[in-house]
Amino acid sequence: MDFKKRDIISIRDFSKADLLHVLKTAKQMEKQKRNNLLKNKIMGALFFEPSTRTRLSFISAMEQLGGRALGFATSGVTSIKKGETLWDTIKMVENYVDVIVIRHHIEGAARLAAEASLKPIINAGDGANQHPTQTLLDLYTIQKTKGRLDGLHIGMLGDLKYGRTVHSLAIALSNFNDVSLYFIAPDALKMPKSYLDFLRERGVRFYETPDMMKYCSKLDILYVTRIQQERFPDPLEYEKLKGVYRLDSSLLPHIKRDMKIMHPLPRVDEISPELDKTGHALYFEQAANGIPVRKAILALVLGAVK
Amino acid sequence: MKKELKVSAIREGTVIDHIPTKSTFEVVDILDLRHHDNIVSIATNLPSKKDKKKGIVKVGGKFLTKEEVNKIALVASNATVNIIKDYEVRQKINVNVPDFIEKIIKCSNPNCVTNIEKNTMTKFYVLNKEPVKVRCHYCERDMPSEDIKLK
Repeated sequence: MDFKKRDIISIRDFSKADLLHVLKTAKQMEKQKRNNLLKNKIMGALFFEPSTRTRLSFISAMEQLGGRALGFATSGVTSIKKGETLWDTIKMVENYVDVIVIRHHIEGAARLAAEASLKPIINAGDGANQHPTQTLLDLYTIQKTKGRLDGLHIGMLGDLKYGRTVHSLAIALSNFNDVSLYFIAPDALKMPKSYLDFLRERGVRFYETPDMMKYCSKLDILYVTRIQQERFPDPLEYEKLKGVYRLDSSLLPHIKRDMKIMHPLPRVDEISPELDKTGHALYFEQAANGIPVRKAILALVLGAVK
Repeated sequence: MKKELKVSAIREGTVIDHIPTKSTFEVVDILDLRHHDNIVSIATNLPSKKDKKKGIVKVGGKFLTKEEVNKIALVASNATVNIIKDYEVRQKINVNVPDFIEKIIKCSNPNCVTNIEKNTMTKFYVLNKEPVKVRCHYCERDMPSEDIKLK
């Protein structure tokens, strides 16, 4: 399988074989912390929107592979402020670097950047649309902790309407056999119909409920999301729904002993810190898995590994 | 029935038949016929065996391009387009929603790059043809037929 020069824009572009290949490569990357696979290669990190985890883990991943990174962390310092189009910015930057990582608040920005650039583009989040490396690291985390991706019962809780991580994860999981999904959200934040239609077409079993306790005893994984203030068009609506779910130790008697809790972070108050030290908390390990997965993606698209 | 319609028969041009009545004037707008300087006959709520009621638009001196036929398909997927030469139907085209649509429709997502970045051409994958449902190539938003707006 050859990923060389491939753009990483949307999880929809990945076949099951593609997903498994990235996960296998990430496992190899995790074994060997530092190497010189990308020596003399430069990554451009164009972060038009703020990010901590994604930006730092991409830069760290590049440096662990012996490469270098340059870029910016807010669009305030770029010519965008002077009215330069995204297309022109990308046409300019592609001459300076070997691979471009882009985060942008506008949906579709990464796909457009990929059309502008001959160098590979990696989407690090385009508005409420896609964040494929997050999904790959989520899959990697699930596979690592459960030893498989088939036959799992996975709950998704919180903001399923605006949360791009749960949308992409549901799409990715539809590639695997005998997966059951449990969507737990208040009515106003339910999984959008277009994703449910997609899952139906793919023959994936799913259940919906606003009640956190209803299916919790069945779950192998509970993927919790933050209710994201910045995605709400109406602040009043946000005030009504924030804090609607709070996971704490009262949940423990009702869940499987090996049930794991994931969260893309940052969390606000949806997971109590008292759960951090239980064997259920997987979110910090999940964030750490961003490194091997992003190293795998960088090494694959730059042709350093096949 | 046939006699009445003959009044507006055209010598050369296009007859678009079997338009759903609600879309008759949309077809007029799609083809920009308010500014057409040849014969334009518009009829709507006509009885139809196939659809109970239908609209017909006859345009003198104009042969539709493929792009125009594709646009009509989005609002009238069962319409037929008849090319008329010397008062005779020379060609009958069944409109068909294409698998991929470029340029002619607008993305309904205000935060889509095609609505923000200058000179970006829209592209859509057709997920379903009846009723029409499309997905934006850029922002991946699915649009049912009621959200589809022509550019």
